[in-house]
Amino acid sequence: MSEGSVILNGQAIQRALTRIAHEIAERNEVSEEVVLVGIQRGGVPIADRLSQALSSIWSRTVSIGKLDVGMHRDDLSRRAAPNVQPTVIPFDVTGKTVVLVDDVLFSGRTIRAAMDALNDFGRPRRIQLAVLVDRGHRELPIKADFVGKNVPTSLEESVVVRFGEQPGADEVVVQKPGKPQT
Amino acid sequence: MSWDRKHLLDIESLTREEIETVLDTARAFKAVGERAIKKVPALRGKTVINLFVEPSTRTRISFELAEQRLSADIINFTAEASSLKKGETLRDTARNLEALNADLIVIRHSASGAPHFLARVVNASVINAGDGAHEHPTQALLDAFTIRERKGKFEGLNVTILGDILYSRVARSDVWALTKLGANVTLCGPSTLVPKVFEKMGCRVTHNVEEAIRDADIINLLRIQHERQRKTMFPSLGEYSSLFGLNKERLARTKPDALIMHPGPINRGVEIDSEIADCARSLILEQVTNGLAVRMAVLFLVNGGKGPTQVTG
Repeated sequence: MSEGSVILNGQAIQRALTRIAHEIAERNEVSEEVVLVGIQRGGVPIADRLSQALSSIWSRTVSIGKLDVGMHRDDLSRRAAPNVQPTVIPFDVTGKTVVLVDDVLFSGRTIRAAMDALNDFGRPRRIQLAVLVDRGHRELPIKADFVGKNVPTSLEESVVVRFGEQPGADEVVVQKPGKPQT
Repeated sequence: MSWDRKHLLDIESLTREEIETVLDTARAFKAVGERAIKKVPALRGKTVINLFVEPSTRTRISFELAEQRLSADIINFTAEASSLKKGETLRDTARNLEALNADLIVIRHSASGAPHFLARVVNASVINAGDGAHEHPTQALLDAFTIRERKGKFEGLNVTILGDILYSRVARSDVWALTKLGANVTLCGPSTLVPKVFEKMGCRVTHNVEEAIRDADIINLLRIQHERQRKTMFPSLGEYSSLFGLNKERLARTKPDALIMHPGPINRGVEIDSEIADCARSLILEQVTNGLAVRMAVLFLVNGGKGPTQVTG
């Protein structure tokens, strides 16, 4: 069903997220302080899944927010207006450890915008970053705290994450140049 | 999701997808208005000129606040205090404004087509904030946003627009927007103010108010525009009120979940009874709140350049 090479299948994704959840739990001993914020749109279903895993580790519900960074991007006048989704942060981030969650870490510009956007909601005690895939090519001094898989790519390739669309059909695919994007 | 227009000049030329893009984008901007910090940096460093050649209070204030919440720099330019009064043409005014490196111009003008003209002679993005009796696109977009938020859909929805249609740019823009989105639109009012020719726009025209509101899901009332009225259009405001005004008796004969809208300013006791304007079925103040979100969305969208909407990184 997919073109290009599959670098993570459904089971591997689930294993990676379970491992990330344990790493988050190990790094943050006071579970009450931890909240997850998924970046629209790819990070939101991943934050949902991480919240389930963390909730069972800690035996308490881990709150999730959704953050859209479209209004905070640094390239707004250089491209068509992005598709912006509502931002929903149903808790006060002040004093919390916010784990930002995204599907793919690339230039780092989305994460910069996300940290800016988060600032308008309060002053987190600390911000950590969890991503399913780190494909390299950073343009800013930003680094993930929790990574599902490091995937060296060329700039021409694209990384496609299919997640949470159909049960059992999750996968991460690297597409070569010239292949149609989904 | 599709928007690659530099201007918003009218609703007539928009596709259904483009209208839906504005409405979807406005949802995100409405959420911004509900936060403690109601400001985002999307238009930081951009200069917006509000060129209001025809007087306006609510639309101008709504645009101004929308621009401020997007972090734009603003210049307000009104007819009373401008060189237009000294005989300067619109083209020269526009070119002077452009020499200030404006990025966006929001124009309200008494002449139909003035925004289209402006868009041809300047490099800035132009947003129509109402031109003569032609169109008022952001009003139609906020009406559509409000209806979608309350009713969830347009398909099969009956929307009745009641009042002074002939002189109304709101009615024209509303008819274009709502018919494109799939609603059934009925226009109603005195025959002098609601000519049959409007049926060419894809809506229904009736002069029977009871029939027009009986099956309506949304009743959108329009103000009688005394200032544009010639005396011969109808005998008196009192007579208009008794024949076409929305009062308790008429409201009792509508669907129980029919909702009432009005673009404002309302004339209490003319097109709408005072207590109806304040009742739970009235969306009048929600329209004002939503207008801000919709105008932020429009400013955000026309400010975008060319290129892919999908982003990576």
